[in-house]
Amino acid sequence: MIYNLEYESMSRPRLEELQLKRLKQTVSRVYERVPFYREKMKKAGVKPEDIRSLDDLKYLPFTTKQDLRDNYPFGLFAVPMEEVVRIHASSGTTGKMTVVGYTRNDINVWSQVMARTLACAGGTSHDRIQVAYGYGLFTGGLGVHYGAEMLGATVVPISGGNTKRQIQIMQDFGTTILACTPSYALYLAEGAAEEGVDLRKLPLKAGVFGAEPWSENMRREIEEKMGIMAIDIYGLSEIIGPGVASECEAQNGLHIFEDHFLPEIIDPQSGERLPYGQRGELVFTSLTKEAFPVIRYRTRDISLLYPEPCNCGRTMVRMNRILGRTDDMLIIRGVNVFPTQIESVLLGFGETEPHYLLVVDRQNNLDELEVWVEISDALFSDEVRKLEDLEHKIKNEIESTLGISARIKLVEPKTIPRSEGKAQRVVDKRDVYS
Amino acid sequence: MKVKQISLFLENKSGRLSEVARVLGKHEINIRALSIADTTDFGILRLIVNDPDKASTVLKEAGFTVSETEIIAVEVPDKPGGLAGVLKILEEMKINIEYMYAFVGKSLGNAVVVFRVEEIDRAVELLKESEVRLLSGAEVYQF
Repeated sequence: MIYNLEYESMSRPRLEELQLKRLKQTVSRVYERVPFYREKMKKAGVKPEDIRSLDDLKYLPFTTKQDLRDNYPFGLFAVPMEEVVRIHASSGTTGKMTVVGYTRNDINVWSQVMARTLACAGGTSHDRIQVAYGYGLFTGGLGVHYGAEMLGATVVPISGGNTKRQIQIMQDFGTTILACTPSYALYLAEGAAEEGVDLRKLPLKAGVFGAEPWSENMRREIEEKMGIMAIDIYGLSEIIGPGVASECEAQNGLHIFEDHFLPEIIDPQSGERLPYGQRGELVFTSLTKEAFPVIRYRTRDISLLYPEPCNCGRTMVRMNRILGRTDDMLIIRGVNVFPTQIESVLLGFGETEPHYLLVVDRQNNLDELEVWVEISDALFSDEVRKLEDLEHKIKNEIESTLGISARIKLVEPKTIPRSEGKAQRVVDKRDVYS
Repeated sequence: MKVKQISLFLENKSGRLSEVARVLGKHEINIRALSIADTTDFGILRLIVNDPDKASTVLKEAGFTVSETEIIAVEVPDKPGGLAGVLKILEEMKINIEYMYAFVGKSLGNAVVVFRVEEIDRAVELLKESEVRLLSGAEVYQF
C-alpha cells in the first residue's frame, strides 16, 4: 500500500518540475534568512536567480557537519524561535551536538514521510507498532512515533531497553510491526529464544530497521528468527530524521522521498557529481524544510542511485543500502562515535601523542567497544592501584564523552601499528556493510 | 639508603618476561631480585639489578616502558620471627608499606626485604635511630 500515492508514483517529468519549484523556494529562503548560506553563496558567486534548472544545483556550495557545529545551536535556523515547535540533536564531540529544529509544518512533513515508510513495510491503520527506538533528543523514537500516528496505527511508545518487557508486550499487545535498530532486533530475538518464546508464532509481520548499517546476512537472520519482513530505512537528523528513504516489499534498494529530499551522489575527493549507478557520497538538499533547511549536505555515507522503475509502483529513485563511510565514524549500539573523540580524552590526560585503537566487536548481538591505550612513560606508575585507577578514569571520561561504555586495555608502547599516512584507529570486527 | 628499583609495564602475553630476561642477559646485567604484580590485563615487573641505570637505558631502548622507584632494603634475620620483628618496628613508627618482597643473598644469616613505603625520606630518618639496618644501594646491587 502506497501512502501518498499521487506523490510516490508521480511521473518523472512532473516530479522534476515539482523539485525545481521547491528548490528555488528553498534557495531563496536560505539566502534571505540564514546569514551563513548567504555568505557562502556570495563567496561562490551564486544568487538564487541563478538556479534555473535542477542541474544548476552544482553551483551551490556544500554544507558539512562542521558547518553545523560552527553554528551551534540555532545559527542555521531559517525561522524565528517562536515558530520552532521541536528541537532534536544528535551526538557530536563533547559539548557540541548537532542541533536541528522543526516548525509545525516540518513536523507534519516528517510524519508524512514516516507514514510512507511504514506503509512501505506494509503498515496500515490496523497495525500495532512497537517503537523501540530511543525517545528523546534522538530523532528515532519520536520520528517513527509521529509517522505511525499519522498512519492511524496503534502506537506503543516503549523506547529502547528492558528486553523482557519488550518481549512481553509483543506477546500481550499483539505487536505487528517492530521499529528499532537491527542489532537490537537480533538481541530481542535472542532474549525471546532464551525465554522459550517463539516470535514466529506471534502476529509480528514486519520491522523497520535503521540508524546503523546492517548487512544482507543480518537481514536474513532477523527474518528467520522473527518470521517477519525486515525493511531497511534510512535517515539522518540533519535532513529530517528517519523518513528520508525506505525499502519497499521488493527489498531491492531504498526509495528516496525526493519530493522532499533532493539526492546527489558525489566523488568524495573532488566533489564532482556522479551519474546514476556510480558509487559515491550521498548528498541531500531539503526541498520543503522550513526551520532547518540544508543545501547540499554531505552525509559521508557511501551509496549509489538506481533510476530503474520498481515493481512496487513508486517512481522515486532508489539508493543502495549504505556501503560504508567516507570518514571513520562508527555506529556502536546506535551511537555515533568518532575516533578523534577518544583522542581528545587522552590529550586531557597529559598525553602529547596518544596512540590508541578502537576495537569494535559484536558478541551475542550487542556491540562492544574496547579501547587500547598505549602506556607511555608519562602515564606509567609503579603501583598497580594507580594504573587501575588510571584505567577507571580513562574509562569514565570516555563514557561521558561518547555516551557509551567501553573496556579499556592498557598496552605496551609500539603495540599499535604506526602508519605513514593517516593512522589506522579502528578495527571493526563486525560485518555490517556486506 | 634509598635504593633504585626498576619497574616495567608488561602486557599479559607470552614472551614478554623472557624478552626482558634476554635483554638484561645480553647486556651483562645481573638480576638480584624480582617481583611481579599482576592484574587481568597487565603486570608490573619490579627488578633489583646490579646496575639499575644501565638496565633502565637498555630496556627503554628495547621498547619497554620503564620507571625507576626508590625503595628501602632492610636486612632481616633469616630465622622465624625475623620479619615479624622488623614489621613491628615499622608499624610503631607508622611507616605505611605500599608493597614488599624478599630475597636471600650470599650473606649468611640475613635476608633482604625490599619495601616501597609512603614517605621514604621520613622512613629512612626514623629507621636510622632504630635497630633495623638499611642496606645501601652498593650493598644491595652486589649482595
